[in-house]
Amino acid sequence: MSADKPAISPVGTENQVVFSARGLTKIYQMGEVQVHALRGVDLDLYAGELVVMLGPSGSGKSTLLNILGGLDTASAGQVRYRDQDLTTASDRALTEYRRYHVGFVFQFYNLIASLTALENVAVVTEIADQPMRAADALALVGLSERENHFPAQLSGGEQQRVAIARAIAKNPEVLLCDEPTGALDSATGILVLEALERVNRELGTTTAIITHNAGIAAMADRVFQLADGRITRVRVNAEKLAPNTLSW
Amino acid sequence: MRALTKKLWRELWQMRGQALAIALVILSGVAIFVMSLSTLDSLYLTRQSYYQEYRFAELFAELKRAPNGLQARIRDLPGVDQVETRVVALVKLDLPGFADPVTGKLVSLPDRGEPLQNRLYLRHGRLVAPGRNNEVVVNEAFANLHGLAPGDSLAAIINGKRQTLTIVGIALSPEYIYQLAPGATVPDFKRFAILWMARTPLESAYDMQGAFNDVLLRLAHGADRETVITRLDRLLERYGGRGAYARKDQVSHHFLNEELRQLRTLATAFPVIFFSVAAFLLNIVISRIIALQREEIASLKAFGYSNLAIGLHYIQLVLVIVAFGVAGGLLCGVWLGQGLSEIYIGFYRFPYLQYVLQPGVMLSAALISVVVAVLGTLYAIRRAALMPPAQAMRPEPPAVYRAALVERLGLQRWLSQPTRMITRNIERRPLKSALSMLGIAAACGVMMVGNFQGDAIDYMVDVQFNRSQREDIALSFTEPTSKRALYSLRTLPGVEYVEGARTVPVRIRFENRSYRTVIYGSEPDSQLSRVLDSELRPVVLPDEGVVINDHLGRTLGVRPGDQIILEVLEGSRPIKPVVVAAIAKQYLGMGAYMQRRALNRLMQEGDVISGAYLAVDSDYQDRIYAELRDMPRVVGTRVRSIAVKNFYAILAETILFFTFITTVLGATIAFGVVYNTARIALAERGHELASLRVLGFSRGEIAYILLGELALLTLVAIPLGFLVGRGLCAYLVARLQTDLYRVPLVLEPDTYAFAALVVLLSATVSGVMIWRQLGRLDLLAVLKTRE
Repeated sequence: MSADKPAISPVGTENQVVFSARGLTKIYQMGEVQVHALRGVDLDLYAGELVVMLGPSGSGKSTLLNILGGLDTASAGQVRYRDQDLTTASDRALTEYRRYHVGFVFQFYNLIASLTALENVAVVTEIADQPMRAADALALVGLSERENHFPAQLSGGEQQRVAIARAIAKNPEVLLCDEPTGALDSATGILVLEALERVNRELGTTTAIITHNAGIAAMADRVFQLADGRITRVRVNAEKLAPNTLSW
Repeated sequence: MRALTKKLWRELWQMRGQALAIALVILSGVAIFVMSLSTLDSLYLTRQSYYQEYRFAELFAELKRAPNGLQARIRDLPGVDQVETRVVALVKLDLPGFADPVTGKLVSLPDRGEPLQNRLYLRHGRLVAPGRNNEVVVNEAFANLHGLAPGDSLAAIINGKRQTLTIVGIALSPEYIYQLAPGATVPDFKRFAILWMARTPLESAYDMQGAFNDVLLRLAHGADRETVITRLDRLLERYGGRGAYARKDQVSHHFLNEELRQLRTLATAFPVIFFSVAAFLLNIVISRIIALQREEIASLKAFGYSNLAIGLHYIQLVLVIVAFGVAGGLLCGVWLGQGLSEIYIGFYRFPYLQYVLQPGVMLSAALISVVVAVLGTLYAIRRAALMPPAQAMRPEPPAVYRAALVERLGLQRWLSQPTRMITRNIERRPLKSALSMLGIAAACGVMMVGNFQGDAIDYMVDVQFNRSQREDIALSFTEPTSKRALYSLRTLPGVEYVEGARTVPVRIRFENRSYRTVIYGSEPDSQLSRVLDSELRPVVLPDEGVVINDHLGRTLGVRPGDQIILEVLEGSRPIKPVVVAAIAKQYLGMGAYMQRRALNRLMQEGDVISGAYLAVDSDYQDRIYAELRDMPRVVGTRVRSIAVKNFYAILAETILFFTFITTVLGATIAFGVVYNTARIALAERGHELASLRVLGFSRGEIAYILLGELALLTLVAIPLGFLVGRGLCAYLVARLQTDLYRVPLVLEPDTYAFAALVVLLSATVSGVMIWRQLGRLDLLAVLKTRE
């Protein structure tokens, strides 16, 4: 089953396709084992929507996100970002793409340990085209008080919010989050999701969140279910819930 | 400051221990490089300006005696710009309270004014005054060693008569930078003096009124040296000319050249060795540091940093470390270079030092360091950057381990789990393990290079002075004389054994090569002057033919059986073809050997000797010296025990000082390698070791896994280092050959032991430092985060 030709445009007002993938396949060589991470995925994502990709470990959701974000390349198939073909893009083109269009949030934050919260955001704003001020990005995730703290002095939730501030500070068109709450307890996780929801709502950033936590799906416009390297189901939420009403 | 710049400085501070170790390695390489090359440049520059300012002659000729009228005819020779004639004579000196035989060379100065060529650099006092017959100027080295100053006097036995000379000046001359007494193999500043005296009194003392026996020439611009030599030789032939020669054959210039050539070898070979080791290390260390930053690099890529920007960031990190190393190295290099130059200037008796540090030397040192560091960095970054960021951020797949060779051989039941971890880890990344070992081996090898020459020199002295030149005293006569002269020597009290010898100055020609040297004629069954073959067995001198020293053989390209041309440079100056009967092994000098009778036949003379070898009872030594001093026919006396002492002294001042410094810097490198290897191993495996701690392993147990691997690598690396060291020593030995001496490749156990000890000590200190860091492993962090 595929997500081809979605019946409903999620947000309604903007109907532009941001991502479009066809027959996406990825095979890894892990030591002496071959892993089929994606087995022919078709999907379209629209401007401004917030999608959640659900699936158990090994379902291929992280691989899909990495390929969408230009962090990895597909073994076969095609993926386009607007009118740009990411499958054939050179390393330089992918670098440009990441620099100007994509914000990432990783499960383990990947903050640079030797830089403070503010400086971690500045690492990105310094090379972006039209970034917001690093301090504003931190304010947006509610961390103005903590901007001079080093990662080792921040809680997991705070670190993840720094990572979100870092991801949105360049005003990206898409925000890709890989298990953003995976390492957090639920109360802290909700703070992080609120930050993501706010960015999506206020800045209109197309946001894709992958998680294995079904409880989060209720805040999305659309929910993709992945299993065994394929999209098995697409669900459209008629009504999105606010993050603070979620629980898991 | 940009965020990345802050990251750079903070991370540099975090890794300061390692950065310091790397900087020290670079510092050592640069310091050796700058020290060596600036010393060399300074010596060449000083010599050049000294020669120019003090008008060192271009051609030299010695003869028996020619009337002053000949001077004008020499000046008229085409190609001659300036002629100066002199009277030069050997003399025996008698210094109160100094029993050893002392030889002097009396060189005439014009009665008025300065000489035109080979001018004197007056350190103290003045030149000789006209009309004062007993005034002399003494060379500085001799005066210093005997505490002589203007106003002092010394006694000379001139032509058999004892005469008191008053010192009026202390001077140096470009002609006697390197002072070698006639027939000596080693300079002896204490027992060989140069005395400058006014021409008129010197002429009358040696019956040379209106005559000269020494010529100095300056050539006209563009004149052909060989043509002038040929014409001058023809002119001087009937006056007992001994063959004119150019600067390259002048004793002082020639040996100075040889010494500088040797120094050039040291000055280039050592830095090459050091820089190679330093570069190698830098490369390993930097690529591993960057490999450890794989995730950060991936994150930066994910944010949109280009490979170039990331590359530049890490290159900056490396360049900061390199900059510290280079700056420190330049400072140390200049400091050591000035020190070393001063030592050489003193040793070679230059009057002054012009220390130069050419910008090119500094630039090359910096450039080599930077290029090496940047190449290492780029290689590592390329590997990190080529990986798609998603893959780089993912934990590395479990490494493919398998049972190690020792286990497959069926030994596994003797190995504990930690020991298996050690062996499997070494085997899993053989290249990495091999590189670590090679690094430690290189450090071990460098230590040997700095140290081996002590052994070699002892061996040289043993071969040369105990097995080959076995006489206690060698003396030479003013003129070739009848063998009967030996009788009077035999009757001296304390003389146990006497042998006659005939030495003849020659020019040996073979094909288009030639060399000025001396043929030593001795008895076929000589007990005191033995010629040894390559196995160090005595060679019996053949009835016909000549045996030549191996280095002379190589220089001329001569093999046994070849026919060489001997141009005798005294007497009737016969020119005769002679067959090379054998090659002799010698570590000193450039001699050739014949049976004395065969040499007599070649000279068309009777049973004649020109010197003698004596074995004496050491209790009578001083008495014998005094007797010899009073024999008018005896002009030169060489004492073997003194020659040995001098030999050690000159080597101590040149090679040994050099090698002392390299030993210190070599030890720095050794520590740098070992510490970095350990430090990187800790960084790479800290997570795994902390996990084991969580599982209940003690600090000692995890230290065993980490340090056991290091110990194993070190123990295997040391024998490998011995091979590396032996190779480096062989290379140096091959390049250090000079006409004066050849250092053999002799490595005694103490050299090996010392190198191994330094490496083991470095490993122990590193181990202790790592042990302390293991105590600070963050166990909780392991539980919380992924690897």
